[in-house]
Amino acid sequence: MTYIFQQVLNALQLGSIYALIALGYTMVYGILTMINFAHGDLFMVGAFFCFLIAAFLKLSFVPTLLLSMLGVALLGVLIERLAYRPLRSAPRVSAIITALGVGLFLENFTLALSPYPQHIPPLLTNTTWTFGSLSFSSLQVLVIVLSLVLMLLLDFIVQHTKAGMAMRAISWDKTIVPLMGVPVNKIISFTFAIGTGLGGAAGVMYGLAYPVIDPYMGIIIGWKAFICAVVGGIGNIRGAMIGGFILGGVEIMVAAYFPSTYRDFVAFTLLLILLIVRPYGILGKPQPQKV
Amino acid sequence: MPKPVIIQKLFEVFRNLTDHKYFWPVFLIGGLAVCTTASVFEFLDLYLQLILVYVGINIILTVSLNLINGYMGEFSVGHAGFMAVGAYIASLLTVHVFPSAMAGILFPFAILAGGVGAALVGFIVAIPSFKTRGDYLAIVTLAFCMIVKSVLENIDAVGGPRGLLGMEKLTTLPWVFFWTVLSVWVIRNLIYSNFGRGVLSIREDEIASDLMSVNTRQVKIIAIVVSSFFAGIAGGLFAHALQFINPRMFDILKSTDILIMVYLGGIASICGSIIGAVIYTILLEILRPLGIWRMVLMPLMLVLLMIYRPRGIMGMKEALAFLPLGDRWTQKIWRSKKEATDASP
Repeated sequence: MTYIFQQVLNALQLGSIYALIALGYTMVYGILTMINFAHGDLFMVGAFFCFLIAAFLKLSFVPTLLLSMLGVALLGVLIERLAYRPLRSAPRVSAIITALGVGLFLENFTLALSPYPQHIPPLLTNTTWTFGSLSFSSLQVLVIVLSLVLMLLLDFIVQHTKAGMAMRAISWDKTIVPLMGVPVNKIISFTFAIGTGLGGAAGVMYGLAYPVIDPYMGIIIGWKAFICAVVGGIGNIRGAMIGGFILGGVEIMVAAYFPSTYRDFVAFTLLLILLIVRPYGILGKPQPQKV
Repeated sequence: MPKPVIIQKLFEVFRNLTDHKYFWPVFLIGGLAVCTTASVFEFLDLYLQLILVYVGINIILTVSLNLINGYMGEFSVGHAGFMAVGAYIASLLTVHVFPSAMAGILFPFAILAGGVGAALVGFIVAIPSFKTRGDYLAIVTLAFCMIVKSVLENIDAVGGPRGLLGMEKLTTLPWVFFWTVLSVWVIRNLIYSNFGRGVLSIREDEIASDLMSVNTRQVKIIAIVVSSFFAGIAGGLFAHALQFINPRMFDILKSTDILIMVYLGGIASICGSIIGAVIYTILLEILRPLGIWRMVLMPLMLVLLMIYRPRGIMGMKEALAFLPLGDRWTQKIWRSKKEATDASP
């Protein structure tokens, strides 16, 4: 029983990191109907910012987190401005290829600057609490609580502020909304900043939980987060959160009861089955096709 | 934007050359002869030969992926998975099944078996494509690629994560030339056949083509099976050129490589696929002295290309030499008319 509870905690930790990254995918998709394949690598850049700030500036946890989020958000806005905006009217596929190119660029640029895996210095003293036979670390609790806070904040921004209303409006209809005086470019930049900033926060948390980082770590985690976004129904913010926790849960449960090398296999097979049964995700709505 | 005079002249020379009556027979026989003599008498050094082998393999991969991504308009990112299936089946056959004395003679059958295996797997992957479309189909192919890698890592009989070795260097230049020509020929003929029109109609509008009595399920299955068949063949050739494979070689990065070649050359264009594969492979080798920075430069070039020429080098266009006769005539008439109006507006 305690074993199961322990695994649930692990699943929540992994799932909240996945969910934070998946939010970036789903927000950009909702507003631009474009898959930002560079997002996983922005997550990696967030972990590297965390490493740089913690190792060289020697700041404490909160400024490190905020500075990393800010840095990644600026990078995200810059990428949108330079690479994606010129392609907004181009065919969708060329935007996807550009995103793949930007992702490869970020990976290899980081690899050229730091060819070896880096070790993030411990930013927090990790205490372990035990209740009876059950033990959990302060780090685990921090990651879960912080991601939940960030998600609630995001939900508040999207549902209850003016900018959030503009975001929802743009994803509803792209031709009428600019005529109503909504500054589309600013809102899109804002969306990119929030989405990639969350990715950066996920990078910092991942770096704290699993301290060895390397330039290619963004690929597999990014793709898995993308799967979370699709499972929840891409473009749907609450769906992305649910998808993150589902995938995290499945992966931890498989690793707990089977050899851990079967983790990817089972996770992706489940995904395939889900997509065959419900191709538009859990919370997504099927799009009517017109001829 | 008018093209520079040199490029125009180059185009003209290329067009006149490929338009000649005897271009294809001379090219095929000459190419095979050059490849054979090069590999038997070694007048090309081995490094150049290896690059040419990679160019051929990449052409096969690019042309076959273009059938799904360019002509059928779906977005497949799992091509490396099919390649892995072909590579493992072919290498297992030549290493463990065939007697080693006969391996050289039976090599084409091993490659063929790899292709057939990949095609069977492609048949299974084609089934979800009936209902799922667009981004969701991209996820299906991606998940397939990951599953293949994960399964290969878990089977100890094929070496698990350590990989498989012991293949002889059976991929020679003439064989690569043969398989490359075969794949280009088959896919080109497929596209300009009755069936190929069905593939194009699915790209334009699936429901409308269904209403026009195109059997979309059958067309999708055949396109994906043919594409994965040639990916498997490329995988078999790749394994016997490198003489070592492991599951990590066929991950998502390999798929991204193929995607870059397709979109660099241009979607829905056989000529473009060939140009893209050749340019990408050779450029990577030329830039080798830059070390890791070439891997920074390549994606940057891709992004710039997409911004300034979003359809790739030859997007939706085709060299005259690849067009069927009827299309070639209409193109020629259209061009002469255009030249006449351009000359005297």
